[in-house]
Amino acid sequence: MMKRLIVGLLMCVSLSAAAPVKSGYELGDIVADFRLKNVDGKMISLSDFKDAKGIMVIFDCNTCPYSKAYNSRIIDLNNKYVTKGFPVITINPNDPGQSSGDSFEHMVSLAKEKGYSFPYLVDETQDVTRAFGATNTPHVFLLQRNGNQLKLVYIGAIDDNARDAAAIKRKYVEEAVDALLLNKPVPVLRTKALGCSIKWKTA
Amino acid sequence: MNSRLTYILRLKPGNWVIFLLLMGVPEAYSQGKDLIRLDQLQEAIRQEKDHIQVINFWATWCAPCLKEMPLFEKLNEERKDVRVRLVSLDLDLDPNVEKVRNFVIRKKIKSEVMILDEQNPTSWIEKIDKSWSGALPATLVINNKNGKRKFVERELQPGELEKLIAEVQ
Repeated sequence: MMKRLIVGLLMCVSLSAAAPVKSGYELGDIVADFRLKNVDGKMISLSDFKDAKGIMVIFDCNTCPYSKAYNSRIIDLNNKYVTKGFPVITINPNDPGQSSGDSFEHMVSLAKEKGYSFPYLVDETQDVTRAFGATNTPHVFLLQRNGNQLKLVYIGAIDDNARDAAAIKRKYVEEAVDALLLNKPVPVLRTKALGCSIKWKTA
Repeated sequence: MNSRLTYILRLKPGNWVIFLLLMGVPEAYSQGKDLIRLDQLQEAIRQEKDHIQVINFWATWCAPCLKEMPLFEKLNEERKDVRVRLVSLDLDLDPNVEKVRNFVIRKKIKSEVMILDEQNPTSWIEKIDKSWSGALPATLVINNKNGKRKFVERELQPGELEKLIAEVQ
């Protein structure tokens, strides 16, 4: 363990931070299925959610202060919409070599402590994160069922006020899901939020 | 504490300046001039015609921001042709301005610090740069003489700032 840590640290020092080319899904794209490990040790895929009308995929982590600020709001999102057919799936994209507080063990602890009733998956290879084009945490990608496929219909922030939930004027994700439930177009397709950069592997 | 307070209150007006200097409180802080709205920031960037500007967006909670901060401090000290501006985005998450001011004093930061007083990043992030996702840190290098600009949304490594500056010269 110690040796791995030292090797990891050396790699951080010797290699300059990799700058991933910005890409990822665009609005309207069909999202490819993936298979990632959940905090309970089981593998989870998008195709496991056959009855879902859509999925709120949220790139999130343990350590980011924005993730902490939004933690209860993410739990509330799942509680409010899972029975309506829109479950939450959270994915931790961060390399634990760069952010030790985002290790799988810490993910398990957080999920337990907060009583997550939704998946909290680890993206070890960061391939899924790259495919989505996620850049910061938390970062929301709302998917809508389209036959047996899932289409990307919203990218961005959960709402418009990180620091004060009581002062929120626009609940972007809720507005989007509510619209989909009424077969209406998503009112705001793309928003931006400040957040912690994803901790990419340096090798 | 009380005797110290009475001493401060008994100071003559002229001595107040000396007192503030001794306290090491930058003038901008005592007057709240470090707080800035987006339109003021944009105007401040526009008005600077004599120097290449290196504008770094950071926050006290952002580990990679703090890691790269010495690069900006070094640049600020060494390059007289460059104006370094450190724009704190702390208030988006935490309304406590003093936390940022205390950080700047504690870390003895010499570069110009501004604290952006804005909410709802969707309304302003793209006004800084269209490509910015909102992740921190981010750095804008801009030369108003020729209109060239570079925007980088990641932690910078030693030597990179000098390259970016050369690219806008």
